[in-house]
Amino acid sequence: MPDVENHDELRQVTEILQRHSLEPGNLIPILQEVQEELQYLPREGMRLVGRSLGIPEVDVYSVATFYNQFRLNPPGRNQIKVCLGTACHMMGGYIILDCFERRLNVHEGETTPDREFSLERVACVGCCTLAPVTVVNEKTEGKVTPTRVDGILAGLGFKKDQAAGKVEAEV
Amino acid sequence: MKTAATLEVAPDQIYRDLQHAARQRLTGEKEEPLVMVGTATCGRAAGALDTLAAFKEEIVRRHLSVRVREVGCLGDCYLEPMVIIQKPGYPPFIYGEVDEGKARRLVADFLVNDDPCLEFAMAALEPNDIFPTLADYPRGFYEQRVITELCGIIDPTEIDQYLDHEGYAALARALSMDPGEVVAQVKESKLRGRGGAGFPTGLKWETCRKAPGTPKYVICNADEGDPGAFMDRALLESNPHQVLEGLLIAAYAVGASQGYIYVRAEYPLAVERLKTALDQARQRGLLGENILGSGFSLDLAVFQGSGAFVCGEETALIASLEGRPGIPSHRPPFPAVSGLYGQPTVINNVKTLSYVPHILRQGPDWFRGIGTTDSPGTAVFALAGKVANTGMVEVPMGTTLRRLVFDVGGGIKDGKEFKAVLIGGPSGGCLPETALDLAIDFDSLQQAGAMMGSGGLVVLDADDCMVEIARFFLEFTQKESCGKCTFCRLGTKQMLEILTDITKGRGKPEDLTLLWELAGDVKAGSLCGLGKTAPNPVLSTLRHFRHEYEVHIDEGRCPARMCQDLITYYIVPQKCTKLCNVCVGSCPAEAVYTRPDGIKAINQELCIKCNNCLVTCPPEHQAVVKISPPSPAEGA
Ligand SMILES: Cc1cc2nc3c(=O)[nH]c(=O)nc-3n(C[C@H](O)[C@H](O)[C@H](O)COP(=O)(O)O)c2cc1C
Ligand code: FES
Repeated sequence: MPDVENHDELRQVTEILQRHSLEPGNLIPILQEVQEELQYLPREGMRLVGRSLGIPEVDVYSVATFYNQFRLNPPGRNQIKVCLGTACHMMGGYIILDCFERRLNVHEGETTPDREFSLERVACVGCCTLAPVTVVNEKTEGKVTPTRVDGILAGLGFKKDQAAGKVEAEV
Repeated sequence: MKTAATLEVAPDQIYRDLQHAARQRLTGEKEEPLVMVGTATCGRAAGALDTLAAFKEEIVRRHLSVRVREVGCLGDCYLEPMVIIQKPGYPPFIYGEVDEGKARRLVADFLVNDDPCLEFAMAALEPNDIFPTLADYPRGFYEQRVITELCGIIDPTEIDQYLDHEGYAALARALSMDPGEVVAQVKESKLRGRGGAGFPTGLKWETCRKAPGTPKYVICNADEGDPGAFMDRALLESNPHQVLEGLLIAAYAVGASQGYIYVRAEYPLAVERLKTALDQARQRGLLGENILGSGFSLDLAVFQGSGAFVCGEETALIASLEGRPGIPSHRPPFPAVSGLYGQPTVINNVKTLSYVPHILRQGPDWFRGIGTTDSPGTAVFALAGKVANTGMVEVPMGTTLRRLVFDVGGGIKDGKEFKAVLIGGPSGGCLPETALDLAIDFDSLQQAGAMMGSGGLVVLDADDCMVEIARFFLEFTQKESCGKCTFCRLGTKQMLEILTDITKGRGKPEDLTLLWELAGDVKAGSLCGLGKTAPNPVLSTLRHFRHEYEVHIDEGRCPARMCQDLITYYIVPQKCTKLCNVCVGSCPAEAVYTRPDGIKAINQELCIKCNNCLVTCPPEHQAVVKISPPSPAEGA
C-alpha cells in the first residue's frame, strides 16, 4: 500500500483517538469507529490504538481477531452479506451463498481481485420471517431467490459472464 | 398499596406534569388523518421505506393535510410492509403487503375519497361495526400482548407517545417507593429471566442490592445471539423506552449509578432508536442527574457488540464491555456480586426488563395471574421457518405448541406436513409431533430436552432434514466456541466432522454411539452454557429422529431430500409439457437443456442443485423432482 494512504489512515485513527478518553475499556468502541471510517483495521492503526491506550499490540490483535465483525483487510467496494442464521439456512440461504460464490468466483470471506465485491456470511440479521435474507451495502432484502442474485449483482454493475448473459437472453 | 399522601411526593407530580405536556402536544394530532408505516428492520427488508416514500410523495402532491409516521413492528411480519391508517370517522385499519402501488391507491381512495379499500385491509385496530379486529382472528384471540402491546402502534422515536400511554409512570411510582420495596414487588411477581435460563429476577436483584460495593452497574443484554430469533430487536426498534424504563427501575432497585445496553452489531437500527430514546429521556429529566426530582441519578450508554455469539453469556458480555475478548469466566462469583469491573452488576434480558414497568404499574398479583404457576407472565416467540404466519407473537406461558403453531401461526406453509419445531436456538433442541400438546413454559421445555432460550421458534416441515439441522447448529457453535475449554473447542469439532460425514453419505454405523458419547463429554467438560448446551440439538434430534440418521448412514439417502450430496434433480419426462422454457431459463449453470424431442432434461455434470428449476416449474406440472439416493444416470 502506498505510503500516502497509510499516512492518511493514521491521521484518521489519531482523530478518532482524540474523540475518546484513552481507557483500555474503550478499545472496542474505538476499533469499531476505526473500522467504520476506514472499513477495516490497518495494522499500523491497531498499533497506534494499542500504544495510546497502553495495551500491548498482541492484546489489540487478540480482540480484533476474536470478534467476527472486525476486518483486517480492506473490503470490496460493494459488501454483500448473506444470512445463514437458522431460518435463512432452512429456507435455502446456503443456496443463495452458493450462487454468489459461483458468480463472483470467490468464497465467503473473500473479496474479488478487482476489490469491487466482498462476500460474507452473517448469522441472523433479525428478519428471519423474510428468509432467506441478504444485506447488500447495508440494505436488507428478504425472500431472495437464486435468480434474484443475478438481479442484485446486475444492479451493482457486475459484468455478467457469458453463461449468465445467455440465460438472460432465453428468459 | 400507596396512600394518597405518598402519591403526592415529587416524582409523581413531576411525572404528571411531563405527561400532561406530552398529551398537550399530541392533542391536535388526533383529529387529523394519520398514516403509520411499520419501518422496523423486517418492514424495511420488505420495502417499507419505498412505501413510506410513496405515501409522502402522494400526500404532498395532492396537498393533503395528513400526517405520516414511522412505527415499529406489529409482529405480523409475513404481511410486511404493514400500514395503519387512521381517519376520523373510521376505525383505524391495518393493511398488509402495502407496496408503492397500494400506497398510492390508499391515498387516492381512502384519504381523498371515502373508500377504505377494505379488500386489502387486514383488520381494524378497534372494535367497530364494519370490519373484524385482530381479536377476531385466531392469532389475536390467543395472543395476550403485554410487552408487545404498543409495538407497531407508537412512534419509537417520539417519547411523547410513550408518555401518553402511561410510559414512565412505573418509574415515577418506583421512585416514590423504597428500593427494597421495588425488589420485593418484582420478587412477588415471580418474574423469571427471559434471556434463556429463567432465573428469578427478584432474587438476582436482591442479591445485587445486598452485595457490598459501589458503584453498582445494570446491564441490559440485547445481544440476541440465537440466529433465528428477533424479538429483542423488534422490541428495541418498536418501543425502546419500555426497556429503558425497566432498566431505570432495576438500577434504582439495586442502587446502581451506571448502566449499559449491550446491543449486537447486526442491529444498527435498534442502536439508532435506542440512542434517540436515551437523548429524549435525558432531555425530559428521566435519565441523568436527579431523575424526576427524586435524588436518584443514573447514566446509560449503548455499547455495540462485535459479532460473537458467546458474548450473550453474561460473564463474556462483561469481559467484552471491559474491552477484552469475550471469553466467559467461572461462576460463582455471579455478576450480581462481582460483575463489571468486579462490582455488583445486574444483567437482564430486554424482555425481562420490558415486563418490569408493567409489573410495577399493575401489581405482582396481576402478573402472576397470567401464565403458569412457576412461569408466570407471557412468552414472546419469534415464529419463523415453515409456518404460514411468521412473526413475533406473545402468548401466555403454558400455551401448547399446537395452539402456537396451528392457531396463532396459521399452520404449516403450503399445507405441508408438520415435522418439528426448533426451540432455544443452538442451545435448544427439537420438539417432534408428539410434543405438540406440551404446554410450554421454562420447566416443561427443560424436561422435554429442549430449552426456552430466547424464544426463537423455527418450524420445520417434511422437507427439512434433522441431521442437517443438527449439523448446522453444531457448525454454528463450533465456530462460536471461544476456545477456552478443550471439550468445547475440540469435541464440537469432532462432532461436526461426524455429522458432516453423515450428511455427505460417508457415515458409519458406529458414528451414532460415538456422537452420543462425545455429546456427553462436551456437556460435562465445558465451563459456560455455550459448551454445556452445544450438544443439545444433536441429542434431541438423535432421540426423536434416529431413523433419519440411520437412513443416511445405511442407505446413503436423505429422507427429506435436503442434503445436497445425497440428491439429484430430475425432470419427469411424462410430466414435462415441452411447451414452456422456464426451467431452462432459470438454470444459472446451463444444466437444464431441451432434448431433441422437446422434453427438458438435466445434465447432472453441470447441475449445481440450486433448486431453481424445481421452484420455477409451474405448479400444474411439477415435473422437477428431487431423488435420493442420488442417481447419476437420471436425465443424462
Ligand atoms: C452461550 C450463551 C449465549 C447467551 N446469549 C444470550 C443472549 O443473546 N441474550 C440474553 O439475554 N441472554 C443470553 N444468555 C444468557 C445470559 O448469560 C444471562 O443469563 C441473561 O442475560 C440473564 O438475563 P435474564 O435473567 O433476564 O434472563 C446466553 C447464555 C449463554 C450461555
Ligand atoms: S436467520 Fe436470517 S435473518 Fe434471522
